[in-house]
Amino acid sequence: MRAHGASGWRSTLIALASTIVFALVVVLVVSNSRGWPEVQRQFFNGEFFRESLRVIPKAFLLNVRIFLIAEVFILVFALFIAILRSLPGPVFFPLRALAIVYTDFFRGVPTILVIYLLGFGAPALQISGIPRDELFWGVVALVLVYSAYVSEVYRAGIDSVHPSQEAAARSLGLSQTKTLRYVIVPQAVRRVVPPLLNDFIGLQKDTALVALLGPVEAFRQSQIEVASNFNYTPYLVTAILFVLLTIPLARLTDWLVIRDRRRQLALGAGR
Amino acid sequence: MRKQLVLTFVLAVFALAAAACGADEEVTPTAAGTETAAAPDPCAKDQLNLKTAGQLTIATDNPAFPPWFQDAEGAPWDPTTEPTKQGYEGAVSYAVANEMGFSDDEVKWVVVPFDNVFKPGPKDFDFDINQVSYSPERDQAVDFSDSYYDVEQAVVTLKSSKFAKATLLADLKDAKLGAQLGTTSYDAIVDTIQPGKDPNVYTTNNDAIRALKNGNIDGIVVDYPTSLYVTAVQVPNATAVGRLPAEGQEYFGLVFEEGNPLRDCVNEAIAKLREAGTLDEAAQKWIEGSAPPVLE
Amino acid sequence: MSAVTVLEVEGLHKSFGRTEVLKGIDVELRSHEVVCLIGASGSGKSTLLRCVNLLEPIDAGRIEFLGEEITAPKVDANQVRRGIGIVFQAFNLFPHMSVLRNVTLGPKKVLGLSTEQAETEAVDLLRRFGLLDKKGEYPDRLSGGQQQRAAIVRALAMKPQLMLLDEVTSALDPELVAEVLDVIRELAESGMTMLIATHEMSFARDVANRVCFLDDGVILEDGPPLEIFFSPQNPRTQQFLQRIIEAGRL
Repeated sequence: MRAHGASGWRSTLIALASTIVFALVVVLVVSNSRGWPEVQRQFFNGEFFRESLRVIPKAFLLNVRIFLIAEVFILVFALFIAILRSLPGPVFFPLRALAIVYTDFFRGVPTILVIYLLGFGAPALQISGIPRDELFWGVVALVLVYSAYVSEVYRAGIDSVHPSQEAAARSLGLSQTKTLRYVIVPQAVRRVVPPLLNDFIGLQKDTALVALLGPVEAFRQSQIEVASNFNYTPYLVTAILFVLLTIPLARLTDWLVIRDRRRQLALGAGR
Repeated sequence: MRKQLVLTFVLAVFALAAAACGADEEVTPTAAGTETAAAPDPCAKDQLNLKTAGQLTIATDNPAFPPWFQDAEGAPWDPTTEPTKQGYEGAVSYAVANEMGFSDDEVKWVVVPFDNVFKPGPKDFDFDINQVSYSPERDQAVDFSDSYYDVEQAVVTLKSSKFAKATLLADLKDAKLGAQLGTTSYDAIVDTIQPGKDPNVYTTNNDAIRALKNGNIDGIVVDYPTSLYVTAVQVPNATAVGRLPAEGQEYFGLVFEEGNPLRDCVNEAIAKLREAGTLDEAAQKWIEGSAPPVLE
Repeated sequence: MSAVTVLEVEGLHKSFGRTEVLKGIDVELRSHEVVCLIGASGSGKSTLLRCVNLLEPIDAGRIEFLGEEITAPKVDANQVRRGIGIVFQAFNLFPHMSVLRNVTLGPKKVLGLSTEQAETEAVDLLRRFGLLDKKGEYPDRLSGGQQQRAAIVRALAMKPQLMLLDEVTSALDPELVAEVLDVIRELAESGMTMLIATHEMSFARDVANRVCFLDDGVILEDGPPLEIFFSPQNPRTQQFLQRIIEAGRL
């Protein structure tokens, strides 16, 4: 929120002071509660925290890698599915039906099943040419599942673009394809940034499922630590890492949404 | 109409609660604190600290694999079905139970997944038998019996693997290995073999075996007896390359809730079985096979 | 310059589901003619315009544009629409593009002009209609009047032979209406053939060569503005105009 002049600074100071006081109160109350020493030993143990910091962030890089690679493919493949779904006319019915079956199936099946089926099942076929790498199949599974969700988000976005936009574009002589490409899809994508972000936050966390196939990512690494120490602090370290990854994305989305909403709203009635 | 239904429901709930409470009261074991002359034997069957009086509740994983457990057809055993005395751990469990005065019918089985066994906290079993190796860390969370099997870790690869002929630990440096989460097998990879590539970790041994079959990993580390079953039945085109050297003897112990006095009584039983040669007999019967050489 | 028939509509029928909206429309435009369509909401004015530029398929009848029957089966609608410009009541401009990009999109992607050429022509048009200083702005920064003027410019950039205007001032605040009407007036004076659906009766009276009164899917009266507005023949036309006058809009 933009603040103007001196009153802006004062509000900021008050907000800051209030936050500090609030935080102090919470810390005092919690650390003086009866169960705290045991909770601290089990979950907030300084020694295990430091130990975990030596190994878990490195494993977390794997999560980030999986997430970045999968995200790119999901954004593209989901758009493809969404466009298939919205092709008009009876001649395209098989493609629309295919898209519907795809989204129904991959939204219905639990992600963990898809990972197991593809990660252990596909290499087991021993068909030459099919990659065996477990990370490959883990990413493929995540892409297949999340594209189903994201394609529905795109579809909602496409449907939400006012029909006059399509009419205006077609009236200029633009073909259906060019209309989609230059007018509809760019607007659709901008409109659905918040639900897109929700799906990506989910994806970030589901990268941990790839560990089922063998690779040691952050959650699995923390499981290894916990299994040998019987202390749950490593889980806390992993949780913090995941949250830290989410925050910048959330703020970026907020900014994108604010910037675009202004532009979208302007077109309604004349002003 | 509605009021009647609600009333009936409430009464039913009370009835159930009363029945449950009543049942509880019957089952609570009462210590037989009679003023007899001699001090009672703490390991007498009626003096034992059991979850359910008169019953020995033993836990293991599901499925339980040969050579530790097997059903009548020699396949992995499901503890929720018909009990079995076959397999090394099956034999040892009933031998211990009999030694302590329990008949076969007084043994009850429950399922506990492997990595839940040695976490701290109260247990739903009297003891667990599931190839759990003693370790000082685990000992802080639970109590272990004395050894009922001295164990070694073994490396299993496909026969066609370039690592199948390894004779030295150094030969495995470039191998992509795998093991189950939370096992001493995993520790053996990290501490003893120390390969250049980070090992894969799997939720179950079966997943690791699947990855071995698929060619995603070059080898898995499991305890030696398990490697017998793996190479004989699960992956016939696999071979046990070698056993891993260990500092000190790794051994399997029965797992008890921390502080459970039952442990000492079970130790007595194990000692007697060992003296009588029962453990060796069982090992001969269920875990034979020529052990592969130890990798240097 | 001989007058050419730019648009000929014959026996046009159009239904939406079971509701018949256009019940046999006949109308003709010659080059440089400006024809205003007046009539109550729901009379079919928008539908007629959307049928002319093939946004809606027709159920019966025919439409000829520059002598070619555009409602025939194998006609390439995209091709036809290059020659017909249309401006709607609202939601015209593409909000994710600057005004300049809005105007150059068609010429570049449909007519195949290079970026420089498209931009040069666009700048000329924007200057002519007083929007040059807005060329880099996004539509949300423009007033409603500016947006509609820009929409007209965008349609003109395709160099159409016919312009269709569908109630383009109806959604504007009153003080912004005049600037848009001025643009339309200038277009008419420069000789553009136009079919304009409008509520602005005074404007129609001033600018139109002919006025058509559309009522319940048919054109009840078609004639010069003075005739329609001051001596309407059809009783329904008279009723309609009476209501308009009472509302103080004429």
